[in-house]
Amino acid sequence: MNNSRLNICFSKLKKKKKSAFIAFLTACDPSFSMSLKLIKAMPQSGVDIIEIGMPFSDPMADGPVIQRSYIRALKSGSSLIKTLNLVKNFRSTNNSTPVVLMGYYNPILQMGLKKFINKAKASGVDGILIVDLPPEVSDELSLELDASKIDMIRLASPTTTIERMHSILKASSGFIYYVSITGVTGSKINKILSIKKNYMYLKKLINIPFVIGFGINSPKKAHDISRYADGVVVGSDLIKEIEKGIENKSNIFNNVMNLVKKYSRAINK
Amino acid sequence: MRKSSYKNFPDKNGNFGQYGGRYVAETLMPLILDLEKKYLFYKKNKKFNDEFSELSKDYIGRPSPLYYAKNLTEYLGGAKIYFKRDELNHTGAHKINNCLGQVLLALRMNKKRIIAETGAGQHGVATATVCALFGLECIVYMGKKDIERQKPNVFKMNLLGAKIIPVESGSASLKDAMNEALRDWVSNVESTFYIIGTAAGPHPYPMMVRDFQSIIGKELKNQIIKKENRLPDSLVACIGGGSNSLGLFYNFLDDEKVNLYGVEAGGKGIKTGQHAASLSAGKPGVLHGNKTYLIQDSAGQIKEAHSISAGLDYPGIGPEHSWLKDTGRVKYVYASDKDAIKAFKICCKLEGIIPALEPAHALSFVLKFASKQNKKHILVMNMCGRGDKDLDSIAKYLNIKI
Repeated sequence: MNNSRLNICFSKLKKKKKSAFIAFLTACDPSFSMSLKLIKAMPQSGVDIIEIGMPFSDPMADGPVIQRSYIRALKSGSSLIKTLNLVKNFRSTNNSTPVVLMGYYNPILQMGLKKFINKAKASGVDGILIVDLPPEVSDELSLELDASKIDMIRLASPTTTIERMHSILKASSGFIYYVSITGVTGSKINKILSIKKNYMYLKKLINIPFVIGFGINSPKKAHDISRYADGVVVGSDLIKEIEKGIENKSNIFNNVMNLVKKYSRAINK
Repeated sequence: MRKSSYKNFPDKNGNFGQYGGRYVAETLMPLILDLEKKYLFYKKNKKFNDEFSELSKDYIGRPSPLYYAKNLTEYLGGAKIYFKRDELNHTGAHKINNCLGQVLLALRMNKKRIIAETGAGQHGVATATVCALFGLECIVYMGKKDIERQKPNVFKMNLLGAKIIPVESGSASLKDAMNEALRDWVSNVESTFYIIGTAAGPHPYPMMVRDFQSIIGKELKNQIIKKENRLPDSLVACIGGGSNSLGLFYNFLDDEKVNLYGVEAGGKGIKTGQHAASLSAGKPGVLHGNKTYLIQDSAGQIKEAHSISAGLDYPGIGPEHSWLKDTGRVKYVYASDKDAIKAFKICCKLEGIIPALEPAHALSFVLKFASKQNKKHILVMNMCGRGDKDLDSIAKYLNIKI
């Protein structure tokens, strides 16, 4: 075990027997300044880990809410450089809350793997999760990552076999992200009980924290899942508050933070 | 030392050199690994191949004729021009070769729900057709923009019993339809088989689609030897995702004396940025499960493609083409909307064949190239689709009311 922010965070929570609350936001949706204001406020409201979406024009694993969020962000001028700047700005005021970047491979590939890793390291990024980069095709990036001590977070899903789980585990660090359902982000969870069964089936093989995301759209569901999972990721539901704010011209910051507090209470109940 | 064969690719991980691969979300990984396993098994299965051959013959109408285009040859006064007549296939294009192969595989994998993406609608119609034949549920994702410009094909798909889902996200054309189809697949992993229409996507699709389409070049080899007693000097095909061209080229890749030309859609001109010429004007990146040349901005965001031909309107390209470009085995050129329309008109008047806008791009290159060759030069162009579906678009382009 190293003393990365992610490891420290999960060990502290383990001692308190708490599940991690992981909040997802898209970088620069609707603006750089709003994203910064939100992520700066999140830790005080109970968010343990911040996950930042790197916008991409063709997010094939995301549902309509995050698709629209990525489009808004790109229109507002978001880019990988700005995303990294966002983390850098956040780090100047917070040196303990882990930040994980989530997104798709092409923008990273175009920046250059080495350049991306160096900039991410310098900005204070703790982990990256690239949706369309399964272990089979990530040798190049893993090579660059190894020296940086940035964690490579990977997905497991209900279709993951025991055999694949072993190879995913070998190529992962920080934590593993369990996709609760076969579907895109923001999908409806139909059988919440089967999630636990599938999660537990893989959990016994995993020696690093194992969190659950996709489709967690109510504090009640977050609570149920936090009772057995090492962490709970909430994304689309928070982003809906940004959309609401834009549509009815209400205060985006208050909308999102009120919901963040509800989730935080539910997860730590 | 003997050079290794071009036909040994992809490797076991689905790579054509640095291109191809499997860049998909974890949920889909076990599915595409399973698909690959099943495909490799049935590829060598006699019963599977017999059924494919029999339906190719009796249902699609294969082999498609090899036609000597005498009038065009005389008009240009250069190379001897042949058309491989894949536009005479059932449903009017080469697309059905692949759909038949994939649906036979889907049946053996016990998948009862078929999904597909479509641009021009030819792949959608071909998929709806084979689904009707085998009584399978069929869902076609189609960009809203393409639904507008390809109404006859939309109507056909409805008649064939397919459900068409309009895609409004992104640029509302082929790439977005593919995104939606992938989202559907990840949401319905147990029941669903995704029939990708072009030689792109995660491994094994580029290989599988190419193999099913390679019947085109296989037939051609026999036909041209019968007619000319030798191999052709050049082969020409249009390229959107690249399935008809790979189908034509594949069996000639190791015959290095045969020159291969792929014609991309130059749209309104490369300099305008409104084109679909991924190989001529794009750079390598990752989209839709594979690494390949893409039309993108400097930050790696995918740009909208443009072509008068909905079937070529895609910002990517099959990964095998990216590799064939880098190795230099295939020469890639492009034709503009305007040039394609010009070639379209010449073909109608001289040969009495109304081509689809896609092969009209290939023909545009033939018009320029053939006239510079001597009379002994034998050229074969794949007439990969007929133009019925494009009449509205062409009339609109020419400002004619029909």
